[in-house]
Amino acid sequence: MTDALLSIRDLALDLPHGGDRARAVDRVSFDIAANEIVCLVGESGSGKSMTAHAILGLLPPKVTVAGGEISFRGENLLRVSNAQRRSLRGGAISMIFQEPLTALNPVMRVGDQVAEAIFTHDPSVAKVQGEERVATLFGQVGLPDPPSIARAYPFQLSGGQRQRVMIAMALANNPSLLIADEPTTALDVTTQRQILDLLKSLQRDRGMGVLFITHDIGVVADIADRVVVLREGQVVEQGPAQAVLGAPTEAYTRMLLDAVPGRGSIKGRHGGEAPLLEVRGLDKTFVTRQGLLGKERRVVAADGVSFTLNKGDTLAVVGESGSGKSTLARMVLRLIESDSGDILFKGANVRNMAREPLRQFRRRAQIVFQDPYASLDPRLRVGESILRGPTSFGATRAEGLAIARRWLDRVGLGATAIDRFPHEFSGGQRQRICIARALALAPELLIADEAVSALDVSVQAQILELLGELKSEFGLSMLFITHDLRVAREIADRIIVMQRGRIVEQSATAALFDAPQADYTRQLLDAVPGRSFFAARLESNNI
Amino acid sequence: MRDVIKAFFNRPTGWIGITLLALVCLMAVLAPVVYPTSPWEMTGPPFARPGDAGMVLGADTLGRDIASGVMHGARVSLLIGIASTLAALLIGVTLGCIAGYFGGWVDTVIVRFTEIFQTIPNFVLAILLVAILTPSIATIILAIGIVSWPPLARLTRAQVMTVSTREFVQAARCQGQSTASIVLRHVLPNAISPIIVAGSLTVATAILIEAALSFLGLGDPNFMSWGFMIGSGRTVIRQAWWMSVFPGLAILLTVIAINLVGEALNDALNPRISRA
Repeated sequence: MTDALLSIRDLALDLPHGGDRARAVDRVSFDIAANEIVCLVGESGSGKSMTAHAILGLLPPKVTVAGGEISFRGENLLRVSNAQRRSLRGGAISMIFQEPLTALNPVMRVGDQVAEAIFTHDPSVAKVQGEERVATLFGQVGLPDPPSIARAYPFQLSGGQRQRVMIAMALANNPSLLIADEPTTALDVTTQRQILDLLKSLQRDRGMGVLFITHDIGVVADIADRVVVLREGQVVEQGPAQAVLGAPTEAYTRMLLDAVPGRGSIKGRHGGEAPLLEVRGLDKTFVTRQGLLGKERRVVAADGVSFTLNKGDTLAVVGESGSGKSTLARMVLRLIESDSGDILFKGANVRNMAREPLRQFRRRAQIVFQDPYASLDPRLRVGESILRGPTSFGATRAEGLAIARRWLDRVGLGATAIDRFPHEFSGGQRQRICIARALALAPELLIADEAVSALDVSVQAQILELLGELKSEFGLSMLFITHDLRVAREIADRIIVMQRGRIVEQSATAALFDAPQADYTRQLLDAVPGRSFFAARLESNNI
Repeated sequence: MRDVIKAFFNRPTGWIGITLLALVCLMAVLAPVVYPTSPWEMTGPPFARPGDAGMVLGADTLGRDIASGVMHGARVSLLIGIASTLAALLIGVTLGCIAGYFGGWVDTVIVRFTEIFQTIPNFVLAILLVAILTPSIATIILAIGIVSWPPLARLTRAQVMTVSTREFVQAARCQGQSTASIVLRHVLPNAISPIIVAGSLTVATAILIEAALSFLGLGDPNFMSWGFMIGSGRTVIRQAWWMSVFPGLAILLTVIAINLVGEALNDALNPRISRA
């Protein structure tokens, strides 16, 4: 292709010895034309970020280029001098990162940070002109009141606003290629929707080439012109978005498409009538104070939250970050104390429980946390982590080991996992261990706090399936916390939608998707990435 | 564990430090074999230069063998360094753990108590304690222990605070494990590495404080120590340099050795550095 802006040919990157494979990427070739969005899709570890980082020479120290060529407007980027590369970075090619919080300097006003990007590349720009350009950019990326935002520090802005600042910074020198490395993964669905729309319209207005990296095929369906599917460092399939997503030729691409949650018919059903957990009028306000005389900051995490979870039911709690859904899960277990209200478990009030009754209650109500890396003790063997629960309730060590072995086998890891350390497992496997640890105590209520949010889509589907099986096998009731309506749809019988500590809607899963009552629920539904694409796909499959 | 040991010896600071430290320990062990007579015994002419009268490092103002003193002094220095650090760790880690894990008013009380000790100059308090309790090995260890625990307590508190908010600790609470079991088996093992490192540096400071106390004449009169030797040699340093230089070198070497070991331990226990 002659009109390619960036063209990658047979790129190969060597990993240091002892990695899980010899090459991070191997024989990767694709082009990006001016004025198109190319999506690089793959699971974590597929080498998609490495490829992007190679373009700007940002590879980690031990990863080396083994061969191939990256040419940008006919110039091989792998051969250019450091000075040339510096002038390209943030100039003709710029990049947006995943974490808008850590990518900005916390002690510098955001306006000055963007202006700095301008002055670095063109020292002749006068200060006033630079500031004007910053204000224009902030206007273009949809930040309200640009002059006052420019004077703000990163911590004063929301996640979405920070990502907009990052985009403004990336656009400061009118790049012809924009690399976006999972720019919306850390954001809420509604914010993600806004940022995607923004990127798409900016790309159209400026005629930029965009390399967009993501693991979410729903996002791909929304914005991509062309798609490159990467698996274990190799290109599996590439082509125009409609062709690849509409009629994938490779099994792997189909698997990625099928793994996206929230298609299929709603599995929810009307469950038992006996209430297991009743929450009534729960309130919680966090008050923080900077220093002795500082002003109080109050954050309402729960405001009159009431709901009932019936025996054998799955209740999903959906909301954006900061909506108080995780706090709710922790208050039920009294890991965080609530301010007022009642939590009734089989009629007994959990809020009044003293030491021993609380311990007995927690045995019946177990939790699986979001981050499978943080929720296992890194210094303990897996078996030890699991058996400590049963032994705390009087089982002997041998009995505990037998229980651990049985559960590891049941969650699909095999009993041999018992002697290994958490770091030897992948994220999905660790989440299985966490489930085994929770179920080893034979609970009646399982609380899953964003239990699949940190996982790749394909792994997510497996864990959801496992949870569904276990639930029907052992008659568990589940409180399922998630920010993703698609996931809730897969597993929940009833759904609660929370916003700023308040329940805005509470209804059966089918009813919520068919006829959402609250405006906020509708907003959430509209923001689901790839919604129209998957709806169309479902219809064509049904015919 | 094997990884940690390997990483420790992989870095030059690790093996240099451990070799020097082994040398000092060897001196302490071999002292009674090489110099069976008491180091307080006058074995040669006063002011003998190094090499004179069969004394390798010379003699002091009363004709006591410097080499014998340096070797016997190693025992006192190491004993005091290690014992007082253990005492400081015992107080500091216990208080830090309680403050960090329980938080609230318990934390406030312990932190204020720690601050009281931090506002009093270490060395002055140590002098005061030894002077009141009459100088002996035990009181010196106690005094050094009492003045060295506050930094360890603060470090432990900060470590325990971060570790105990992590999810695996909450998971352990949900499993119904007792508080003692959670703190001792989940929180401490994950918080301990910087504490070990800080502890090894405390050994070095403890040796220095002991030397300074002996220098002022507040050492145990029954044991020869490096600080005492420097103290007694200081008045004649212009005529007889060897009386203060050799014990001074011994202190320098020991403290450097312990600092190197501490630094290498720090790296070895940090998986991000040791596995890179």
